[in-house]
Amino acid sequence: MSDATPTPTATPERPQLPAQSPPVDPAETAVASNKSGSGGKLSWWRGDGGDGAKRNLGLIGVLAALIVVGAVTKPDLYGDPNWVWNNVLAILQLASVVGVVTVGMTFVIIGGGIDLSVGAIVALAGVWCTTVATQSYGAAGMIFTALAVGICVGLVNGVLISYGRLVPFIATLAMLVAARGLAASISNKQTQVSSSTFINDIAARKVIGIPILVYILGAVVLAGWVVLNRTTFGRRTIAVGGNPEAARLAGINVRRHTMLLYALSGLCCGIAAIMLTSQATSAQAAMANLYELDAIAAAIIGGTLLSGGRGTIVGSLLGVIIFATITNLFAINGLSIEAQNMVKGGIIVAAVLVQQFQFKSVTRLLARNRVTTAT
Amino acid sequence: MTQHSRDLSRRRLLFGGAAVGAATLLTACTSNDTPAASTQTKAAGNSEGNNAPGKKVVIGFSAPAADHGWMGAIHANAKAQAAAYSDVEFKEVDGGSNSEAQRSTLGTLIAQKPDIIVVLPHDGKEVNAVALQAMQAGIPIVNLDRAFPDALASRLVIKGDNYGMGVSAGHYIGKMLKDKGVANPIIGEIAGLEIPLTVERSEGFKAALATYGFKVNNRRSAEFTSDSGQREASQLLQALPKIDAIWNHDDDQGIGVLAAIKQANRSEFFMVGGAGSKLAIDAIKADNTVLKATVTYNPSMASSAVSLARLVAQGRGLGDLTELQVPKEVTLASETITKENASSYDKLGF
Repeated sequence: MSDATPTPTATPERPQLPAQSPPVDPAETAVASNKSGSGGKLSWWRGDGGDGAKRNLGLIGVLAALIVVGAVTKPDLYGDPNWVWNNVLAILQLASVVGVVTVGMTFVIIGGGIDLSVGAIVALAGVWCTTVATQSYGAAGMIFTALAVGICVGLVNGVLISYGRLVPFIATLAMLVAARGLAASISNKQTQVSSSTFINDIAARKVIGIPILVYILGAVVLAGWVVLNRTTFGRRTIAVGGNPEAARLAGINVRRHTMLLYALSGLCCGIAAIMLTSQATSAQAAMANLYELDAIAAAIIGGTLLSGGRGTIVGSLLGVIIFATITNLFAINGLSIEAQNMVKGGIIVAAVLVQQFQFKSVTRLLARNRVTTAT
Repeated sequence: MTQHSRDLSRRRLLFGGAAVGAATLLTACTSNDTPAASTQTKAAGNSEGNNAPGKKVVIGFSAPAADHGWMGAIHANAKAQAAAYSDVEFKEVDGGSNSEAQRSTLGTLIAQKPDIIVVLPHDGKEVNAVALQAMQAGIPIVNLDRAFPDALASRLVIKGDNYGMGVSAGHYIGKMLKDKGVANPIIGEIAGLEIPLTVERSEGFKAALATYGFKVNNRRSAEFTSDSGQREASQLLQALPKIDAIWNHDDDQGIGVLAAIKQANRSEFFMVGGAGSKLAIDAIKADNTVLKATVTYNPSMASSAVSLARLVAQGRGLGDLTELQVPKEVTLASETITKENASSYDKLGF
């Protein structure tokens, strides 16, 4: 069974399941991850979920439908290929900051936790790297500060949760409040304008016609995909999220691993803070408002199981891009933010309903599969 | 104490109507008081009299947690103004992040019985009941900026003119475009957080533009923060390939709006800001961005509120007005700052 190498396109009706997914039996997953790095040929969008391909195809379908809606509602704009290309870039830029945060969030959720403090960490890291004192060290100092603050705050979350035994929801909720408070006091309640042209130019510059922020998003997504699907760290994350006790019995240091997951999320927030500061050429305590909800929603739409143990980076990326496309679509048509938020809410509910349905059918399939392999 | 009694005696004289001579004596150093104009009422309204120390008063202050420039300036201005008076003790309580939090801290403040309380509520409707309670307990309330629905809930309302702000922006844009001879202009609007004051601003803007036969083509609402301003502006620019004018409600979020405009490499239009921040005033003076004007909604109103609260608590009238007491309502005018007059607004920039 562990050598099963299904081709998703060949057997869509009754997919055989690879060994490491979905981790209904996490101990087995954990052991499998320790034994061999990869489970054979996985197509690029598969990630770890057995139904990942189907889901991601579904998300691409939703995206396509949204673009068709855009084209139908604004034929004059979509008639200009130059504009369409620019709009694709505008959507990707819109998705870039939340996208980076979502990669970290996906790891935390797959690992069985939740991080409500990401927006606040982005604000704190952004505000800290734009204080007058920090700016005097130049762009390198600002970037270092943002990353260091992100990682440190993430580590505090991680230590509280794994060693302090706080529920992730509570620990990160407390951090949400505290980090924004600290950000407000550091920024002296004012908008901190970045005077570093290097930082400000990150968002303004393009390389081969594509904005630098989009490259950063691409790099973070690629790194996240590699770590989740091709490293022991990734396999352990899935094992810890699926069943921490089984993971512990399999020899994984669950506490340390959990702590590192939050630090990873913090690092992503630090990167996002630099990107956002660059976009807005400034930072303030209220920035990155509600990013935690956007990131969680995108991860869930992308197929990450809120109870942990399953999820894909590509799915999360698609979730973020779908949200950005909706925002763009509403802006292009001059529709209100309220209507836009209602549509977003509807999409989240629909995605979770679909997920539950799919998950049930997958567990049924699994059960059937196991019976056949046992006999 | 001597100051106090001198002040009291002066007022008694004024009340008595035998003030012509007394007023001239007390205010002899104000050169523009001609003897003919130096009537009883004129003397009551002497501004130097307002600044002279009076009865010692405790002024309570509550405003939403400052998380962006304008609100930060509100807090800073109130504090600084209070510090300028030797007869004022300033007691600021945390206004929190929502009405619920503000109500509870206001309750604590009322229990300490200050002479007067200045409140900038999260939402006038939601804090109304607590203000009413304070008024009934004999503590006058100075309502700053966001009005209570109940007139009994405050002794004095001092606020900016949100509708008028939209009107000023609309007239500036309308007139500029009319002068340029643009027939069907494309006008964008980047509003702030969707709260009642934002809606009023947009209504004023719409009404003023309508007098020129113009309308808003696309309106996005940001959150008064620079990152949300950048986000909404980048989408607005994407939606409108050609624009003639943009009104951005708030200069703080305007930092992000200007960044988005620069990132999109657009400059075929001009922009009007809102509030009157130092950065905006400097940019208008330098005249090297699309920002050509900003309409004021100045946090200096917090300083004025503290000054007026002090006078109300001391039972004194307002300089240059003939009334013996401070008026019940003050609405600031929304002025338009352009390159021509920008330097005179330097001291108000925040």
